Amino acid sequence: MIEQLTKNERQVAIAILLVLTACGMTFAGVGQGDPLGAHGFLIMAAGIAGIFWVISGYFTPEPPADRSDSYYDDPSRAGIVFAMAWAVVGMFVGVWVALLLAYPDLTFDAGWASFGRLRPVHTSGVIFGFGGNALIATSFYVMQRTSRARLPSQLGPLFVLYGYNLFCVLAATGYLMGVTQSKEYAEPEWYADLWLVIVWVTYLIVYLRTLARRKEPHIYVANWYYLAFIVVVAMLHIVNNLAVPVSFGSAKSYSLFSGVQDAMTQWWYGHNAVAFFLTAGFLGMMYYYLPKRAGRPLYSYRLSIIGFWGITFLYMWAGSHHLHYTALPQWVQTLGMTFSVILLVPSWAAAANALLTLNGAWHKVRDDATLRFMMMAAVFYGLTTFEGSFLAIRPVNALSHYTDWTIGHVHAGALGWVALITFGAIYASVPWLWKRPAMYSARLVEVHFWLAIAGTVVYVLAMWNSGIIQGLMWRTYNAQGTLAYSFIDSLVAMHPYYVARAIGGLLFLIGALVGCYNIWMTIRTAPPATEPAPGSVLEPAGDFPEPALGTAAARQAAE
Amino acid sequence: MTFTYEDLVWFAKTFGLFYFIAMSVIVLLYVYWPSNRREFDRAAASILEKDDRPCP
Repeated sequence: MIEQLTKNERQVAIAILLVLTACGMTFAGVGQGDPLGAHGFLIMAAGIAGIFWVISGYFTPEPPADRSDSYYDDPSRAGIVFAMAWAVVGMFVGVWVALLLAYPDLTFDAGWASFGRLRPVHTSGVIFGFGGNALIATSFYVMQRTSRARLPSQLGPLFVLYGYNLFCVLAATGYLMGVTQSKEYAEPEWYADLWLVIVWVTYLIVYLRTLARRKEPHIYVANWYYLAFIVVVAMLHIVNNLAVPVSFGSAKSYSLFSGVQDAMTQWWYGHNAVAFFLTAGFLGMMYYYLPKRAGRPLYSYRLSIIGFWGITFLYMWAGSHHLHYTALPQWVQTLGMTFSVILLVPSWAAAANALLTLNGAWHKVRDDATLRFMMMAAVFYGLTTFEGSFLAIRPVNALSHYTDWTIGHVHAGALGWVALITFGAIYASVPWLWKRPAMYSARLVEVHFWLAIAGTVVYVLAMWNSGIIQGLMWRTYNAQGTLAYSFIDSLVAMHPYYVARAIGGLLFLIGALVGCYNIWMTIRTAPPATEPAPGSVLEPAGDFPEPALGTAAARQAAE
Repeated sequence: MTFTYEDLVWFAKTFGLFYFIAMSVIVLLYVYWPSNRREFDRAAASILEKDDRPCP
């Protein structure tokens, strides 16, 4: 990877890593006796390891001066590997916390293994580790292809990818040490937040510079979504994390906001993290990979643009539905509820657009599990957005809030939509990126698909049952007008569903492990000798730009 | 003159509506403007072309 950097970039990389190491050393010094000190050592170790890595490749020959006739895919390849590694970590911890709810002894009496510390490792691991790396990897891939231009530099994208993963590691290790600012999905403390700002602004600059170099006059819609994801996440992250550290030697900080303003800022952030991290970014993924894999243009390009502006505009106002029946002014709650309901329009427009694109390619959906991943993602996207609009209605929320119904809803989105579209995109990109004709085993993709679907369905059904039972038990009164059930009664009623949920999650995790093995074997297996198959046109050595559905002959037969 | 909470709410409840409508109209005009059709059709088809190298 270092051999792709120019001499100048190698020097800049070492300079950046020296600054990083110095920052780590400072934190390690001033943060003694505080988790900040431990993180200082971790940052220092990352910096030093990075320096050794750059030096190990420092004297390799430079890349050719004119690189503009090839795409720069190293960051996308590394990003996909990171994404799969985080998927395993995040989903493993997910299964663990699911089991903790059914069997509380599984903390093994360790403070770091308590539910409150492990749970953010799960959420950040899957959202930021798995989802974020997949978004960065695919965004670089898609942006270059749709712009017909190479990334502007080699170092910038690598800095974004490795810097982002450092942030993810700081987040996850911090939670285990008890570092948190107690804002859901924004738990990391001030120093990690500042680091992410630097990384994210670099990401935006890399993206904008590539767009500025584009050879296509029109910016393809997938890029609009990726760009909205980058811009809005920067905005949300900065505003929600405005805080003052107790001291520069302490990991602890206090938010600039208080009371209901703090709650509203947090859920403006939280819901837009769902909107722009987990929706816009992955819609960008879908709008490129689904038509590409199906070999058909989008059903309606116009609809995708209307959907884009609908989603970006409407989601901004929906966050207050997280704060129904609180101190938040009633009209703000109503505003959030109304916009959440209107949101169904652009959401279903996107889901319908994806499914209608498949008209004429349903035989491929049947034969190709990769495309089927994407198709089911669109189905779950439609289901989840419908459920989301419904749950945002205040009286419905009175039943669902604080129950497992919310957890079921989130996982219908996270497993059914985000993870399925990501696995689809990864299975499509891996052969393209590593210049292989196809994945190592199409059958294992099929196995992964069914494990993922089974896991999602078991999980979501368990949580629907559990949540609605919980909600009903909490609002049942007896003849005397007091509550019929104590909280512990509802907890006992939940137990079988908690066990079922852990099983669903385990199936999903096993699927991800099968995926890791398949991707690993695809990378490890040498590409076949480039002998022209009879009747096919020989590509330049090692290039397999088109989606490979089985062999070339099978592809022709299907046409 | 002080800017009160009521002023803010009045502004949000009036301006916000027209801002939303204006935005929708602009987007719909852009999307359905007849001369943009070619560009959109081309864009939709463009990703299906062979794309293993950047344009020179």
